[in-house]
Amino acid sequence: MSLRNVGIVYKKELTEALRDRRTVVSTILVPLLLFPVLSVGFGALAITLVGKAKEEVPKVMLRGGEDSPDVVEGLKKLDKIEIVPETPNWKDQIINKEIRAAVEIPTGFQTNVAGQKSDTVRIYNYEGELKSEFATEKVEKYMKDYRDRVVKERLAAKNLPETVLKPFEVKQENVAPPEKVSGAAFGGIIGYMVILLCMTGAMYPAMDLTAGEKERGTMETILSSPISRMHLVLGKFFLVLTAALGTAALSVLSMGVSFSVLGHYTGQSAGGRAAASGLLLKLGPKTVISVFLMALPVAVLFSATLMTIALFAKTYKEAQSYLTPMTFVVIIPAIAAMLPGVELTPKLSLIPILNVSLLCKELVAGTYHWNFIAIIFISTCVYAAVALFLAIKMFQRESVLFRS
Amino acid sequence: MIEARGLSKRFQDKKRGEIRAVDNVSFTCQPGKIYGLLGANGAGKTTTLRMLATILEPTDGTAIVCGHDVVEEPEKVRANVGFLSTATALYRRLTAQEFVEYFGRLNGLDEATLKKRVDDIFSRLDMNGFRDRRCDKLSTGMMQKTSIARTLVHDPPVMIFDEPTNGLDIMTARTITAFIRECRDNGKTVIFSTHIMSEVERLCDTIGIIQSGKLLVEGSLAQLRDKFAEHELEEIFVKVVAPHYVAAEAN
Repeated sequence: MSLRNVGIVYKKELTEALRDRRTVVSTILVPLLLFPVLSVGFGALAITLVGKAKEEVPKVMLRGGEDSPDVVEGLKKLDKIEIVPETPNWKDQIINKEIRAAVEIPTGFQTNVAGQKSDTVRIYNYEGELKSEFATEKVEKYMKDYRDRVVKERLAAKNLPETVLKPFEVKQENVAPPEKVSGAAFGGIIGYMVILLCMTGAMYPAMDLTAGEKERGTMETILSSPISRMHLVLGKFFLVLTAALGTAALSVLSMGVSFSVLGHYTGQSAGGRAAASGLLLKLGPKTVISVFLMALPVAVLFSATLMTIALFAKTYKEAQSYLTPMTFVVIIPAIAAMLPGVELTPKLSLIPILNVSLLCKELVAGTYHWNFIAIIFISTCVYAAVALFLAIKMFQRESVLFRS
Repeated sequence: MIEARGLSKRFQDKKRGEIRAVDNVSFTCQPGKIYGLLGANGAGKTTTLRMLATILEPTDGTAIVCGHDVVEEPEKVRANVGFLSTATALYRRLTAQEFVEYFGRLNGLDEATLKKRVDDIFSRLDMNGFRDRRCDKLSTGMMQKTSIARTLVHDPPVMIFDEPTNGLDIMTARTITAFIRECRDNGKTVIFSTHIMSEVERLCDTIGIIQSGKLLVEGSLAQLRDKFAEHELEEIFVKVVAPHYVAAEAN
């Protein structure tokens, strides 16, 4: 095999790709900008909005409670809510967001509590509406604290210790190291992103170098040169592969930087900071290298498959209509791997894409099941080799190259 | 030299069944001569030339180009051939020079030889004014010159032109016909296809008339005039092709 010819084709395709605005946008700019915009921009916006919602002093309507002055007084003293008097259209007011919630104190509530009769306080809200839920939480917390106080008083009156009601505690404790915890939480996303971006990175060049070449009339030009069709395919294939891996690498880099920035930005948000530092923990060089080694045969599989399908098309547009459904073929197993409870089994380790997705989850969590790694790497290499073989065969079929 | 021996190409068409695009065509093109393949649209000219250039593989028969069999040694054949047609477009994102160099490298030229050859061709074709301009920014004439430079970069002994002036304005077409003559004068074997009678009359040493994939008549212009007792090539062409054309239309 003449590597020189493959290299000549690759170099030429690379030169052309870097001069093509669409390729540069889809392979370099989108992956670099996607995560900062999505995570930092969108994340910061979400945090700001949630913060504002929490800062608001919600209006809560009081229904009843005339014969329960202590409870009403307590509610009015809460500095985080504003109690407003009852009006008949209180339901509409909640729906129209004029008030955030309504609390209903039943008649004789305080007397019933004192007489140890059961009773129910109702909080009416707008489910799923963030500010309404915050208001509900505040009222609910007050009422629960009130109930706890009543319980304590009753126990004290009968000289009983608090352990009567709570004979023992139940506590959870995590023994997994932090990187494994964050791996379980975010590992699926990393695998999913790498796989999906390998695919999107390969898609544009795969169409441009096959159907695009047919459409522009350069296919006949290149076929009249002495290069063998196999060398031609391989040169093109390596460029598509470079784009696939390049896109995935740039995305992971950009994702790492974005989350680290987000971590600093959301100083007050413990959750945000934990998420960000969790991701950074996992993106150590060993993890990155192992994830990319596993992604390599997947990228080969995508590049060769996309080229084979796109070559069949006469025009760029036709190729697009063939390849767009391919995105779903890739997304579904990749998402399946993110579902809770789906874990590697010998059978699943033979299903392309799903297997690598699942493995990435493990790798990011720092778990190396060598048996699975070997099965998945070898099986994916076999699938990739078959796809590449088909691509080469496709380039030798006149009915495909000169389809009219 | 080109020697076609019973060259045939069949295609399968879903609606029309088997199509014999080229049917048992044999002819010989000599170095320093121009062979003109004359035929109507769909007569089989392009398929014949694509088989000679090894872009398509014959279903039956073969051709020997510069001593190499098109079926057995297609890559060696291509290394000896310059192929130009209106369908052989340029890579738009490369400059004229990069484009020509790419094909020089694919033809196995080393960098020193390539540079010398490119400089020589660009000067000869007066292309230095646009050598660093991207192909998508070239005029039609400049594009044609760049295509010519591509076919010449490896100095092939055989030139194949498939309707090279199709759709070109007169001035650009003249550049091409002048180039075809120059190839002949330099001792190259030249074959070209066209349906333009005047081009054939002006250029060709031997004329082959093809219709429905079959080579019907072959000879020099003088021989054809004698044989059909007509002076105008167009009249000769009609006499040869008409019966077959009617039969093909009827089918």
